[in-house]
Amino acid sequence: MTHQHPASAPLRVDLQLIADMIEPGTRMLDIGCGEGELLDHLWREKQVDGRGIEISQAGVNACVTRGLSVIQGNADTDLADFPAGIFDYAILSQTLQATSSPRHVLGELVRIGKRAIVSFPNFGHWRVRRHLLLRGRMPVTRALDYSWHDTPNIHLCTIDDFVDLCRDLDIVIERAIMLDSNGRPLSGIRGSGALANLFGEQGLFLLHRRN
Amino acid sequence: MMDVSSAPPLASQRVPPLSAEGKALTGHAFEIGPDAPLKLDCGIDLAPVTIAYQTYGTLNADRSNAVLVCHALTGDQFCAEVHPITGKEGWWESMIGPGRPVDPAEYFIISSNVLGGCMGTTGPASINPETGKPYGLGLPVITIGDMVRAQARLVDHLGIDTLFCVIGGSMGAMQVLEWASSYPERVFCAIPIAGAARHSAQNIAFHEVGRQAVMADPDWRGGDYTGQKVKPVRGLAVARMAAHITYLSEPALHRKFGRNLQDRAAITYGFDADFQVESYLRYQGSSFVDRFDANSYLYLTRAMDYFDLAAEHDGVLGNAFKGTKTRFCLVSFTSDWLFPTSETREVVHALNAVAANVSFCEIETDKGHDAFLLDEPEMFAVLGGFLKGCAEHRGLLR
Repeated sequence: MTHQHPASAPLRVDLQLIADMIEPGTRMLDIGCGEGELLDHLWREKQVDGRGIEISQAGVNACVTRGLSVIQGNADTDLADFPAGIFDYAILSQTLQATSSPRHVLGELVRIGKRAIVSFPNFGHWRVRRHLLLRGRMPVTRALDYSWHDTPNIHLCTIDDFVDLCRDLDIVIERAIMLDSNGRPLSGIRGSGALANLFGEQGLFLLHRRN
Repeated sequence: MMDVSSAPPLASQRVPPLSAEGKALTGHAFEIGPDAPLKLDCGIDLAPVTIAYQTYGTLNADRSNAVLVCHALTGDQFCAEVHPITGKEGWWESMIGPGRPVDPAEYFIISSNVLGGCMGTTGPASINPETGKPYGLGLPVITIGDMVRAQARLVDHLGIDTLFCVIGGSMGAMQVLEWASSYPERVFCAIPIAGAARHSAQNIAFHEVGRQAVMADPDWRGGDYTGQKVKPVRGLAVARMAAHITYLSEPALHRKFGRNLQDRAAITYGFDADFQVESYLRYQGSSFVDRFDANSYLYLTRAMDYFDLAAEHDGVLGNAFKGTKTRFCLVSFTSDWLFPTSETREVVHALNAVAANVSFCEIETDKGHDAFLLDEPEMFAVLGGFLKGCAEHRGLLR
């Protein structure tokens, strides 16, 4: 048997930011793991013991074919099985707004993960506001590229809304990074205040539940 | 467990002559003697027990590349070679062989006939040493746990501490789950395909129909037919015909046969096999009885019926896998209504509850339960990738 470690392809910028938050040798669950780019990268670069949940069967099969541990499932229904605190990190990237119960899902993330990493498009971004204000129609932007009638994003929120929900659920925001539509961090924006809500096209949050 | 360094090399193993259905069999055999009998779930100590098995490939120096193949209800140890009795190709040559997911160039593959079977391993057709006659129904009832305990003795005998992988479909998947539950530290990765953690009421019902068909055949004679001129072939054939329907799917049957007539232009207003599907089932039934023992069919269907892994663990399936380090890959098929995806998903949920390392793939196919034996390229790709990933974690890749 011969086998060579394939050189890891560069990660998407926002996934790289997530990867940078994760300590080596930890255990994590990637919910909505797609074809397993992040899982594969973290296993090869940081020996992270990763698991994945993916809604599309084609995505699951692609992940397992590349040697990753992934099951078919979705964030709304399949987190309940896991015991509390079983993962060091529970990751939900660009999916919260597509779940049927974001509040429940967010609570589950900080239950099963000692920390949760969540990213989502910000409906409070100035382009979104301008679009609605000037055109009077549901905003279609680079970060939210769907017509109102075919969008999977059924629970859009702003950064401020998300911060409020975290407060309600007794969730501590350890870090907040605002990103542009390409997933690059906005270096001028710190924290999750009014500027973040206006200029962040996406928000990326590191969270944990207050004990 | 046997110390690896003291294990006998394969070449020195005793190979007694094997036979099944009155014909000599090729292959290896291992005997469990009366000094350390096999403890059965029913409370009886059974000895001697012969286990007939085949191996493919070579055991590596640190004995870490062994794959145990568990066969289904009517399978046997000849999974990857021409069958010595039927002359047909091995039942899992699509999965096991050069360039296949389980490649003998990489793994040492062990495949044994289950306890209660009829292809050389001790079963109801074997001679009871106390009477000098075949056991018939005198053989204690066998469970999936008993089959696995017998396999564990074989694996001990081969000097293997930890199996790299245990793989099987249907009844084989039950054995895989039992292995992972009973010997977690001896199973590095587990692949149960088209299986369940318990036999459903519907499946017990189908098995009961099959058993009643066998027992209703006057030639069955209360199970005491060995040595008679006739065997209960009619009952067994009916059992096989009924079971075979459950292995397929309605769309697959329709695609294969539709309402096509068999070698005739019109219906005959009689009870001959007018339809191709009837002719096909009759063939399936009659070819099965040439290679399978009716009493074995009773014992093995019973073993599946009794299987309920959660019941053995206070009704909580997760308890069967608590603390497991085994890496699991479960596979189900969209059109399998005998062991539907929902049954596999229950096992996945239980494994998640104990934070096991688990993958689960449902394969899209219209071929029904039998899909695990057939050419399913996506299944091969998934399992090839899973095994390669596990081999990397196990340090088998150089």
